[in-house]
Amino acid sequence: MSIEMITTYATALCLFIGSGFILVGVIGLLKFNDPMTRLHAPTKVGTIGIGMLLLASIFHSFSLGDSSMHELLIMGFLFVTAPISANFIAKVSIHRKACETPPEPPRDDTWSTLNRPPHDEIVPDTLDSPPQGAPEKA
Amino acid sequence: MTRAFYWLLPHPFLTLLLALVWILLQNEFSAGMAVFGLILGVIIPWGTSIWWPDTPKGFRIGKMVSYSLVVMWDIIVANIQVAWIVLTVPNAKLKPAWIVVPLELVQPEAITVLAGTITLTPGTVSADLSDEGHSLLVHVLHTDDADAVRDEIKTRYEARLKEIFS
Repeated sequence: MSIEMITTYATALCLFIGSGFILVGVIGLLKFNDPMTRLHAPTKVGTIGIGMLLLASIFHSFSLGDSSMHELLIMGFLFVTAPISANFIAKVSIHRKACETPPEPPRDDTWSTLNRPPHDEIVPDTLDSPPQGAPEKA
Repeated sequence: MTRAFYWLLPHPFLTLLLALVWILLQNEFSAGMAVFGLILGVIIPWGTSIWWPDTPKGFRIGKMVSYSLVVMWDIIVANIQVAWIVLTVPNAKLKPAWIVVPLELVQPEAITVLAGTITLTPGTVSADLSDEGHSLLVHVLHTDDADAVRDEIKTRYEARLKEIFS
């Protein structure tokens, strides 16, 4: 069994596992019906799915003779940036009340997303009712 | 001597990391590129140090490596568990929950690493921090025992991070 055979099988196996996890992630994205639970599906795609595809790319370039290490950088940058976008999506769904309201934090006043200065609190009310003190329409 | 060192290299680990990233970007190792990466690694932290003056002192890089290995193993295990939940548990029986993790960590870097770890591990997403930074809000996809998840986060990740950023 030559080295090309081994790397080819390793590439195929990594591609298979990676695309399988991406498929499960997509099924989860379609199946769940709540924004917060739906957010859990892409974390799987972003870690194992992409990681396995990049590993397959490393094996493949190794079998071609010019080994490439760019994939490690892609993996590193992806692992650093993926939690930030998930965090922002979670904050948006807390704001839009698209999920259950989270419990109060035990030691502090409120969650930092919900920590608004008082003069901002008026804004949602003015959207559906006329502001207080506005003249009635005749 | 120490002051001169920290004046020239305000973030020593960042210098090493930038040099490593530069070498990986080049995709082939040569001495000239390594030297150029080191020069970049000195200039960039030195030029930007005015915006982040507080170097985290006492960062233990060896424990960070073992922590990364633990996290990678947990990502693999949790991926399989969550894939099983996605494929077998119907929506009506799913039990998502908010859990509140009281934090003992105080450094912003350590809390950031903890929140990133929680999000990267499938099944849990860190959603928010309380306004004074004493607790972390985490959303769990499917759990019967929310307290057990909280205790696992505290013992498995936070305790290790406390040793790393001591």
